[in-house]
Amino acid sequence: MTEISNNKTEVIVVGGGPAGIACAVTIARAGHEVILIERGSFAGSKNVFGGAVYAQPIREIFPNFEKEAPIERLNIEHKYAILGNEDSTVISYRHKDTDTPSYSVIRGKFDRWLAEQAKKEGVIVVEETVVRELIIENEQVIGVKTELEEYYSDIVVLADGVNSLLAKQIGFRDKMDPKDVALSVKEVIKLDSQKINERFNLSDDEGCIYEIFGGPMLGMLGLGFIYTNKESISIGLGVGLDALCDRKIKPYELLDELKKHPTIAPLIKDGELLEYSAHLIPEGGYKKIPTLFGAGVMIAGDAAMLVNNLHWEGTNLAMISGKLAGETAIRALVKGDFSEKMLSRYQKELENSFVIKDLKTYRNLMDEAHQRAESFMGYYLEQVNEFFKMFTTVDSVPKRQKYHKFIFDFIKKRNIIELFKDAFSAFKLFWSILIK
Amino acid sequence: MTIDDKLFTVKYKPDESSHLRPDLEKCKSCKSKICTTICPAKVYEWEEGEKKLTVNYENCLECGACRIACEKNCINWEYPKGNKGVTFKNG
Repeated sequence: MTEISNNKTEVIVVGGGPAGIACAVTIARAGHEVILIERGSFAGSKNVFGGAVYAQPIREIFPNFEKEAPIERLNIEHKYAILGNEDSTVISYRHKDTDTPSYSVIRGKFDRWLAEQAKKEGVIVVEETVVRELIIENEQVIGVKTELEEYYSDIVVLADGVNSLLAKQIGFRDKMDPKDVALSVKEVIKLDSQKINERFNLSDDEGCIYEIFGGPMLGMLGLGFIYTNKESISIGLGVGLDALCDRKIKPYELLDELKKHPTIAPLIKDGELLEYSAHLIPEGGYKKIPTLFGAGVMIAGDAAMLVNNLHWEGTNLAMISGKLAGETAIRALVKGDFSEKMLSRYQKELENSFVIKDLKTYRNLMDEAHQRAESFMGYYLEQVNEFFKMFTTVDSVPKRQKYHKFIFDFIKKRNIIELFKDAFSAFKLFWSILIK
Repeated sequence: MTIDDKLFTVKYKPDESSHLRPDLEKCKSCKSKICTTICPAKVYEWEEGEKKLTVNYENCLECGACRIACEKNCINWEYPKGNKGVTFKNG
């Protein structure tokens, strides 16, 4: 403690989200001194996400969390809803998986719990404190400058979120482009648990996730979501910031449109808005991962752009990257070596884990998706609903005639060259995902 | 429900000074003024009469969208002080 009162410790972690907490607790468990600095009044108070965390990676760090942490519901159903203007097609996968489940949680409660556990295990959590800049000496990060004072440490781990101004300060990150982030807005709507259970076909403590395509987001790289909490519904959407800028769309108006859709409106009917929120999601993928380490510094979680957007994974990549940064920090502390070379182990560990492997698998996804958004996020979604409309309508028109018309329209409306381009793009993408 | 009604549900502890400082001279020549559209909290409003960008920083949800979207790249964007700004209870 004397060292801490002298403003020098072994590791400073900036940011009390899943990445920072996982990192700090890993280091504290090995008996090292670690300070976690959080700018909000408590961990989780500045954090927003859709809604669900995944049990397996959290168990790696907090084995008993399912018994002790504030969890809303265990998700037993994933619904993929493709919205047309009035109609919709919904595919649903239902399975009560208790081996590797996901849970809906509320970050203000859940992250706060994680931070409380970290405190119990020896992490010193400093709240309501903003790190304004990193202190650098001889090209090595040696501490942080807050509004009030300077703290020194052997290693600083940046887990300061999607906007990571600190990664920018030390040149680890380029300026972010609107196409590399999605802007998400969310409303948490109060609804009693009985109504939630009825509307989503659930029993108590069971949850349901909607992943929503099309509707007001038709033709844009954007998705909507619904998560069920104990006594509220989280509904929101995330859309590429470039698309919002190009089309001059107000994000909350887009969400209002989604809420009005005939498939969605009954789910939230008579609910009372508890809280509105917004957040950015890093969407650049593998190609936009910043420099991950330097002398005396490592970067984890959203700050390192570690999000697998296709699978809606973020908090798990955050926690595992935080843990791996923590393990590298422990090795460095044991050896007393905080050089760039020593900390490069963190990147190797990330590359050997699913974190970078998965992002690499999908490295071409965003490029193709941006180029073909109009077709993959627009035209084909419309055609799914067109097909089912044709298939389910009984109007005494002969079926063969209907099929022919559907196929003719399908080709004519998109034109054959564009169809080939789409097919080529899809082939390229599948090849890069499955083969190399 | 208007955006003002939505923002009414958010808990804030406003600072005395703004943590969002656009270069107001550059804003005058900005064509898109995209911050006035994409900000999810309607922080930015263009006063045509005064030719001035108003910054309602008290409403800021600290998302960072304006910083990235600004075509003049002229918003000096910081986090509010440690105990200030937004607190999400249901994030």
